[in-house]
Amino acid sequence: MLRVDGVNRTFMLGDQPVRALRDINLRIDDGEYLSVMGPSGSGKSTLLNVLGLLDRPDSGRYFIDDVDTVSMSEERRARVRREKIGFVFQSYHLVGRLTAAENIELPMTLAGWSPARRREASASVIEKLGLTERARHLPEQLSGGQRQRVAIGRAIVMRPEVLLADEPTGNLDSRSGDDVVALLETLNADGITLLVVTHDIDLGRRARRRIRMVDGAVVEDVREDA
Amino acid sequence: MRAADLLHFCFQALWRNRFRSLMLLFSMSIGVGSVVILTGLGEGARQYVLGEFASLGKDVLVVLPGRKETTGGLPPLTGSAARDLTVEDALAIARLPGVARVAPMVVGTAEVAAGAYSRESVVVGTTNEFFDIRRVAIGAGRALPPGATDRAAVAIVGRNAVEDLFRGRRALGGKVRIANYRYRVIGVLGESGGAFGMNLSDTVVVPVASALSLFNIESLFRVIVEIRANADLDRVRERILTLMTARHDGEPDVTVISPDSLLSSFNDILVTLTLVVASIGGISLVVAGVLIMNVSLISVSQRTREIGLLKALGTTSTWIRVVFLTEAAMMAAAGALLGVTVGQAAMFAARRMYPQIAFGAPAWSIAAAVAIAVGTGLVFAWLPAGRASRLEPVKALTGR
Ligand SMILES: Nc1ncnc2c1ncn2[C@@H]1O[C@H](COP(=O)(O)OP(=O)(O)OP(=O)(O)O)[C@@H](O)[C@H]1O
Ligand SMILES: [Mg+2]
Repeated sequence: MLRVDGVNRTFMLGDQPVRALRDINLRIDDGEYLSVMGPSGSGKSTLLNVLGLLDRPDSGRYFIDDVDTVSMSEERRARVRREKIGFVFQSYHLVGRLTAAENIELPMTLAGWSPARRREASASVIEKLGLTERARHLPEQLSGGQRQRVAIGRAIVMRPEVLLADEPTGNLDSRSGDDVVALLETLNADGITLLVVTHDIDLGRRARRRIRMVDGAVVEDVREDA
Repeated sequence: MRAADLLHFCFQALWRNRFRSLMLLFSMSIGVGSVVILTGLGEGARQYVLGEFASLGKDVLVVLPGRKETTGGLPPLTGSAARDLTVEDALAIARLPGVARVAPMVVGTAEVAAGAYSRESVVVGTTNEFFDIRRVAIGAGRALPPGATDRAAVAIVGRNAVEDLFRGRRALGGKVRIANYRYRVIGVLGESGGAFGMNLSDTVVVPVASALSLFNIESLFRVIVEIRANADLDRVRERILTLMTARHDGEPDVTVISPDSLLSSFNDILVTLTLVVASIGGISLVVAGVLIMNVSLISVSQRTREIGLLKALGTTSTWIRVVFLTEAAMMAAAGALLGVTVGQAAMFAARRMYPQIAFGAPAWSIAAAVAIAVGTGLVFAWLPAGRASRLEPVKALTGR
């Protein structure tokens, strides 16, 4: 469970302060499926980065499973990030010199897992993603949709509680986009908390809970009753 | 991250930029290789000189004709004296208290022949005391006639000279011609090393008086003085100087040196020389270090997004730093290994070319060169690695 209490984040653009997040209050329960929409520059990515512990709020509190993260040391935040959060980026962010399988295994490698354990965990993920034939290819040899699937594999291989996706279909044609969305929704159906930032209205509507941001503030938060 | 995974990860990164990595590796290996080669040459030269002097004992003084004006530095090994150093001088020194025995020496080269065979040889004129002082045994036959005044035409021949001149024929009792004077071979030298660049195996030893007339000279080349075990070296040196001054009309025109002190000053000079030369080689290590720093800085800025990703995947700043330091250390270590290999190969070749000199970098210098190389890599990569570790994840991910 994630809980955001009165979080603010202000950037300085030159000597001009930009309030990317204004007094955000959110509570996201385990297994929820949220979309975040809003005009460009409204603070969607900033919110996602704060939720993923990549960025620190200037004020306010942020709890993950009732533990305050704002006061944590950088090293602890890195550990929580590793254990509880998976990221999917618009531009995939794969490591070019590593194969698809190595990219998927990277978080486990960094966490010091043994090769056998890594292979076991990645094998099932690779199969689920339909990447078995591409496992030994380098990212440059893969299509955009395949790359994004590798990135998703990397995000989920350590079984995080929360999956944060920032415009995951932004660089994809509609067919690969649909594949990726279907995949993300399967993962959510399996219990992972899914938060998708998107400009795509159709994609945004698919989520059971929809948040709309304008100028750094949450202006709409609708739940679709099941 | 496991050590094997860390090395693999870093290797992949280095391999991605293999040209750049190889160039760095070469620059490191040049530094290490030059340190190994330079210390190897210096150490070889030092060992050679030490070996040459080592066969003279600690309790030995050498009297040379001619006066060295200033103290310190090297005395004239081949001085031209104003006054002769005579056999009588040597005998007078032998009577001084504290002196065990003396060996007057005349040294020259001459054509030595036996039958159809001949060779250029060092001819040493001396007395039997010489063999005792130098601890060389007569291998076969007998010693020189006793005393220093006998001009007998007899010779004791070193082993190599026997081989060259007699070629399997019996040398003892045979005849050799030294500069057309006939000498009878009365002895063959036993095993011996070299001293003052002279290998006794190649020499022919004759009575000192014979040598003086053979070379038609008056002055001895030097007098070797062995002092008694309980005598004080410096006191004996003073007595010799006083005696020689008195014998030479009040002119202190001889030099008395102790090979031991000579040896240690030689040693000091050569060690210093080796260190100086090695640190010049070490400068190229620093150059390689600066290269590592620049390349690491480029690498960090090229891989900003990767660093951001690693952080997003939960890698701590410490580990980011470790990754970049490991990359630098791997390159430095590989370069050092290559440098040591090349240096050792060069030393091997040098030993093949000059077998009498034991060229070879001492273990400490190899260890130091490798340690300094890896240390340099780490020190110069510290700043870039720190920069990488401090990157803010969000900015790094967007490449800002
Ligand atoms: N590192 C930064 N330095 C300065 N300003 C920043 C920084 N990051 C974000 N901003 C500003 O904060 C505001 C919100 O940015 P954010 O990236 O969260 O918007 P967004 O909703 O994700 O936009 P888009 O839909 O274009 O991705 C913008 O005005 C942006 O210029
Ligand atoms: Mg954005």
